[in-house]
Amino acid sequence: MSDAIVIGAARKARRRKMAAKNLGWVLVFLAPSAIPLLMFKIAPMLASAWVSLHEWNMISPMEWVGLGNYANLLTSENTWEVFGHTLLYILGYLPLVYAGGLLIAVALNQKLKARGFLRAAYFVPVVTSWVAVALVWQWLLNPSNGLVNHLLGLVGLPQPGWWTDPFWAIPSVILASAWKDLGFVMVILLAGLQAIPQEVQEAATVDGANPWRSFWHITFPLLSPSTFFVVVISLINGFQVFDQVYVMTGGGPSGASQVAVGRIYDLAFRYGEAGSASALSWILFAIILAVTAVQMYGQKKWVNYA
Amino acid sequence: MKKSRNRLAAIAVAAIAVTGLVAGCSQGSATNPGGDTPQTGDAQVTLRYMNFSSNDGHEADLQAIVSAFEADNPGIKIAVETVPYADYSAKLQTAVAGGTEADTFELEYASFISYAKAGALADITGIDTAAYAESLVKAYQDGGKQFALPESFSNVVLFYNKDLFDAKGLAYPANEWTWADETKAAEALTDKAAGVWGDYQPISYNEFYKTVAQSGGQFLNAAGDATAFNDQAGLAGAKWLTGKSGTTMPTDADGANTPDFDTNLFTSGKLAMWHTGIWMFGTVAEKAPEMNWDVIVEPGNTQKASAMFSNAVGVSAKSQVQDAAKKWLSYYTASQTTIDTRLAKSWELPPVADQSKLDAYLKITPPANRQAVLDSLNAVALAPVVAKQQQMQDIVNDELATVSAGRASAEDALASMQAKVDPLLK
Repeated sequence: MSDAIVIGAARKARRRKMAAKNLGWVLVFLAPSAIPLLMFKIAPMLASAWVSLHEWNMISPMEWVGLGNYANLLTSENTWEVFGHTLLYILGYLPLVYAGGLLIAVALNQKLKARGFLRAAYFVPVVTSWVAVALVWQWLLNPSNGLVNHLLGLVGLPQPGWWTDPFWAIPSVILASAWKDLGFVMVILLAGLQAIPQEVQEAATVDGANPWRSFWHITFPLLSPSTFFVVVISLINGFQVFDQVYVMTGGGPSGASQVAVGRIYDLAFRYGEAGSASALSWILFAIILAVTAVQMYGQKKWVNYA
Repeated sequence: MKKSRNRLAAIAVAAIAVTGLVAGCSQGSATNPGGDTPQTGDAQVTLRYMNFSSNDGHEADLQAIVSAFEADNPGIKIAVETVPYADYSAKLQTAVAGGTEADTFELEYASFISYAKAGALADITGIDTAAYAESLVKAYQDGGKQFALPESFSNVVLFYNKDLFDAKGLAYPANEWTWADETKAAEALTDKAAGVWGDYQPISYNEFYKTVAQSGGQFLNAAGDATAFNDQAGLAGAKWLTGKSGTTMPTDADGANTPDFDTNLFTSGKLAMWHTGIWMFGTVAEKAPEMNWDVIVEPGNTQKASAMFSNAVGVSAKSQVQDAAKKWLSYYTASQTTIDTRLAKSWELPPVADQSKLDAYLKITPPANRQAVLDSLNAVALAPVVAKQQQMQDIVNDELATVSAGRASAEDALASMQAKVDPLLK
């Protein structure tokens, strides 16, 4: 046995002793976030998996039904309807919030007067309560005396029934959601824009690229990590859309704007079907997981990390 | 050695602090009311009571009854929790599931049976029920056992604004009136340009089953295992309700079906006729003291039929203060203080056996024709109660909404309603 090995082993033992000593402190510092996380997130999640295998009205004892709730939900027309509405919402919301956020981020990346004020102003809706925002939008989009229809009337355009019309109910929610989340997307993309090295832009300009070409061939590709983040987060938020629907349309008229989480809420808290509600939550979880996994895999093809 | 013990102590303290923090966030529960629990006996007992019916106008009246009870029972304190009606059933259901429900809580007649069957309510058989109307006592029994005490009853009448009728030189609604008379008057009274509407009646389940009865039909068959509304009577009811929207009655886009919309419309003198509950008497008198208004039994189509609602209070099966809870239940539902308060404040009516006790109520004005409240009881359409109540109500509400918005015919909506509700009743 050489001296080096002996010293190495001693070092390892010392390190192990240090680690054991530190473990206590690690636990102390983890506890304030770990305990609530376990109690209010992890434990209820696991419990909901158990509940999803039962019929339970939250008052009487649970009754085991195995995968019965899942089978009922997957064969129910209503489930496909609410997922259809959710998808429709995402299809409208995602492009709108991304394009809007990008436009504002690019604008606020220029040397504008009052740039700081504008950046803050666009972010205010993000930190505003959804209930307040939804009520304001409900008023803006009021079919008979809202501001939007008043303006549309002035220029002679048709005035939709917005949230009182089954066709326009989801677009109404999309408009309000995109407006509220614009600031969030703007902040992420603005950070992404500022991380792009100036030299690359300058080199492109020297080579004779006009601003439009340099945006599409330099800025946009180099922004792809931020774009990827925004798309993943917005998709997850999109699948979980609830507050704005609940306040603005209540899922109506006649269920025309009911989304997946709204249905989960109804099942659990209005119809007393906690088992079905839990099962639907897990179906939603599986869908979000699958979509996110596909994106993580797909990003290799289009995301450029500089 | 000493150092590591100190460290362990620090960890333990931190852990306890965090757990304490978390425990501090949780509510008290039925088994542990408000944390440190006094037991029954001479010690101080704190009893929780959760309700919806005092919300929005009668909070002070409930508090007056509570104070009187506490004065009579020095050992018992009542902690009142008042929840808006719209949130009540979700809140109660969640509380019962989590074991954090109040010791005593209010129940609607329609939801009573599911709580009784689920074992959430304490058996209070043997409690003195002599003071209550017998039919209401029986309404809160299951399998021969008493699970709650009737707390109140109320019904819906036709409110009307005399000033608006006078302005148009029209005769006031009369007892002989049918729907046709109401429609004729409503059309004459509606002046959309001035924002004045002739009529207001929610297009909902709670009105629909009644209008079916007012046309001589039934919502459910006699056995209660299938719907019976998809006939001429049901069609008449659906057309009557939905036909008002946009013609004599404001639409959703005008603000209908939002909280307090109808109350504000009526008390601001812009609504001529209003189908609503007698619990609004006090609010209307207070908000519109200058307005001349009265009430009358609702007109029928081929016959009269009025809605009757009843609430009850029960004791949580898990409550550890059962004796105090029963004392409160009896006092709150039948004491003279409660009866006086309910009558004087025109709240929902006390469920008394002795109807002469209601005389004081009938003498209060406005409205002058309070007798309509008792006359309405001569022909009552009871709300159908089924296990999947909320689903059924949602289906009926949604289908009626498609008709009032002009997206479906009443015939198609009734057929679709039947196809969706029937499977819920099996």
